[in-house]
Amino acid sequence: MQSLGTRRVNHQNDAVAVAVAGAASPLPLYRSAPPLEVRLEDFEAFAVDRLRVLKAISDGLSRGKKPEEMKNLVDELLKTHMSHPKPPEAVNKDVISHFVLRLVYCRTEDLRKWFLSMETTLFRYRFKRESEEAQRALMADFNLPYKAVNTAEFESVKDKLGQVARSIGQSLPTADAIFYKVPFEDVPELVAGRRVYIHRGNAYVAMNQVVSLVVTQFRSFLSKALILTNRKWTSSIKEQEKDRLTPIVEVLSTSYLGPDYSQPRESAEISLKDIDHLAKSSFPLCMRHLYDKLKEDHHLKHGGRMQLGLFLKGVGLKLDDALAFWRAEFSQKVGAERFEKEYAYNIRHNYGREGKRTDYTPFSCQKVISSTPGVGDHHGCPFRHFSEENLRAALGGMGVGNRGMDDIIDKVRNRHYQVACTLTFEAVHGSSCDAGINHPNQYFIDSQKILQSKLISSSYNARPSRMLKTIISLANISICKPAHHVKQ
Amino acid sequence: MNREEAENCREDMEIDGNDSEMPAQRHADIIPDGFNANYLKAYYGKVFPHSDIFKWMCYGHDGKHPGCDPTYLSRREFSFTLDNDIYLRFQSYTSAYELESSIKEKCPFKIDIGPVYSVNPAKRHAYAQTGDNVFTPVERELIFDIDITDYDDVRFCCSGADICLDCWPLMTVAIKVIDTALRDDFGFNHILWVYSGRRGVHCWVCDGKARRLSNEQRAAITDYFRVYKGNENSNKKVSLVGPVLHPFLARSYTDVLKDFFEGKVLLNQNILSTEEKYEKILEMIPDESVAAELRGKWQEKRKAKDDINVVRWEQLKSLLYSGKVKHIQGLRRCIEEIIFSFTYPRLDMEVSKHMNHLLKAPFCVHPKTGRVCVPIDPNNCEEFDPTAVPTLSQLLQELNMSGSRADMDDELDRTSLGRAVRYFRSSFLQPLLKSCKEEIESAYNSRLQQSKNSLSW
Repeated sequence: MQSLGTRRVNHQNDAVAVAVAGAASPLPLYRSAPPLEVRLEDFEAFAVDRLRVLKAISDGLSRGKKPEEMKNLVDELLKTHMSHPKPPEAVNKDVISHFVLRLVYCRTEDLRKWFLSMETTLFRYRFKRESEEAQRALMADFNLPYKAVNTAEFESVKDKLGQVARSIGQSLPTADAIFYKVPFEDVPELVAGRRVYIHRGNAYVAMNQVVSLVVTQFRSFLSKALILTNRKWTSSIKEQEKDRLTPIVEVLSTSYLGPDYSQPRESAEISLKDIDHLAKSSFPLCMRHLYDKLKEDHHLKHGGRMQLGLFLKGVGLKLDDALAFWRAEFSQKVGAERFEKEYAYNIRHNYGREGKRTDYTPFSCQKVISSTPGVGDHHGCPFRHFSEENLRAALGGMGVGNRGMDDIIDKVRNRHYQVACTLTFEAVHGSSCDAGINHPNQYFIDSQKILQSKLISSSYNARPSRMLKTIISLANISICKPAHHVKQ
Repeated sequence: MNREEAENCREDMEIDGNDSEMPAQRHADIIPDGFNANYLKAYYGKVFPHSDIFKWMCYGHDGKHPGCDPTYLSRREFSFTLDNDIYLRFQSYTSAYELESSIKEKCPFKIDIGPVYSVNPAKRHAYAQTGDNVFTPVERELIFDIDITDYDDVRFCCSGADICLDCWPLMTVAIKVIDTALRDDFGFNHILWVYSGRRGVHCWVCDGKARRLSNEQRAAITDYFRVYKGNENSNKKVSLVGPVLHPFLARSYTDVLKDFFEGKVLLNQNILSTEEKYEKILEMIPDESVAAELRGKWQEKRKAKDDINVVRWEQLKSLLYSGKVKHIQGLRRCIEEIIFSFTYPRLDMEVSKHMNHLLKAPFCVHPKTGRVCVPIDPNNCEEFDPTAVPTLSQLLQELNMSGSRADMDDELDRTSLGRAVRYFRSSFLQPLLKSCKEEIESAYNSRLQQSKNSLSW
């Protein structure tokens, strides 16, 4: 106990020393709200800065950045947005901004999920850059009940531990390496990646993997805290602060997540006979592919039905039409009877007419990209999940030419899937898309906007003279009127 | 009294143990093959092991111990698929009698078992009014669903819903690999494997700690089992990276998959016999020159006394293991990758990842095949023959043949389902209930201890 105490002190000294150097502030666990007075401007400004960090992390994840790249990204983000000339102020800003965003993101399941996931990722990379000693001290702070594996036990599983280490490309554990023996339930991500040896329910976690243990704790603690914050928010804070904090909080939560496209835009309704035409003109590749496969096989597996079905719902297909649409295809393969029996329920379910009666929202790009299609599956993001050969063929089918193709493939190789999709949008439509593609339904809406304005402003024999190419970057805000080049 | 009333009447008498009449009098002597609602009624009346299913679903909470939770069963969702495709979700029961009478009365074509919720699912709307009681799943067996249609690209004997004794061993291998990992790696003990009635198997992991896994933990276990990285639109199906295999994969490979591939798949599925088939395997070799060399060899016409598949496999192995290709990137794991592609279990991942997935109850009858979803003993799964599983009509026939003087248990024994039910009881249910009792006892004691501690300040 003595030694742990000393370590903790050391850790604090370390942290302060680092902070003084201006590189980083110590890693708080956000156990309780700070008893600090905050100016209202700071309240909002700090929160916006932290949101920038979390949003950039979210983008990084959806681009499939590797851990090493994420680490650099987080370092960069913290330096840019969260540092402060005075180290104690940086700590305050860290803590205050976290608690403000808790208020902002506690209010719905979706908001909580997003916040939890991004804060946990942030914590993970900050934990990783701490020294081993500091990490152990943080573990002690969490009161983790784990014991290091003793020498006799280590010897008995040494071969297996070595096998695991080599299987993930790490060097063999040395005799003095520290391993913790923990219930496998506590390290789901290590289990999922087969990065630990598991025997009779226990996982052997190496010292360089303890981040997973700590992160699991952090996550479950924050998850519970968010639920409590939500209760407090609805029961008292919201009303008490209705003239002061409530407006700020409400604006903050909508500013970054974007619309969820669960309700089709007003007056946007599509009918059955339009779908075929719309699929060719305005569906993003992920949906176009599912649609084509459905027409071809008269069947899609569950993941595909969800991805396409909810997209169509967002596009404006009414429940009755949706049932007719799926029935027309599926009955060719499985018969009308089996369709009614096994599939119709799920379609009604998607529209919130069965089961839990949740009105499900269409999948965002992030969700599509992070899905894991398996054998027989056609859902997912083509830019991420297709082989290059198949992707080229699919893009060719959308009418993307050779030059555009190479740019797109280049983005895919760098795992900028949404950027690749944006370039595809531009190649297909011959106009720019400055906002970038973040949601399949946004692709659809933007496409329709362009096509409709073309229809109005151009005669039929005018073709787009030259493909407009834009390089997507946040800095590029040049506004291109979709059809200006057609008029000449 | 019309016929239906007569039947109900008879069933009531059975429950009272006064069992003088038999379906023999209802049906003609010969029972035609197939599946219909009347057969099913007789099956639920005479054969279906209601009380075993009830005891299982109670997990010991039907006892008298003060630690028992009397609401436990009532919070479990059952759902019935009736004739005419009527689908009843969120059914719940508070007693063995209720469950049994509901099944007998509704005569479901399919019974699905869902999770245990925070509140009685039938009353979820009433609870929703009170605010604080969120209706959410709190417990659920860890389940796996393996369907042979997912193997269509590696089996050439059948496709779709068909199975035969040439492809069924794929299921046997899946059971062995997953069962061993669930026990040895994850430390689970109470595992039930069930034939799905047509083309696959279901697995129920029922240990307390399995039932309480979060969705994230379920997904982690599912991913632990996952080796397929590809989908329909990318070539690579199995990708094994790293200098050695993870102990779980290595064990599965040496203990099960390798011998199965070389001993069974190669010959049963003739996977190297024709150009069309061997091209699929050559596609899995990431180096074009190596693939071309093999293609050259295989295109030559030759007479051999050995089986062509074996000969070609040996050629492939000796080339890939030879020194001259050692330096080529990506070839090191190639043979393992081929074998994994053809043999490694393909799980329906979504079923296992979430608590709220429904799964068909054991001892249901598959409406298409008429076969009963019987348990499979993982220790003797090679012996399981899906084509020999008792069918509904066969069971009724057996009941007719054997006269009418006995109580329920003996009646079961007179049919070929007896063995399956006895296995369910002795190998699964009894050990499960024993550990449930211990768990309830120890949870109760520690709660008692806690409250004592908090009192003695």
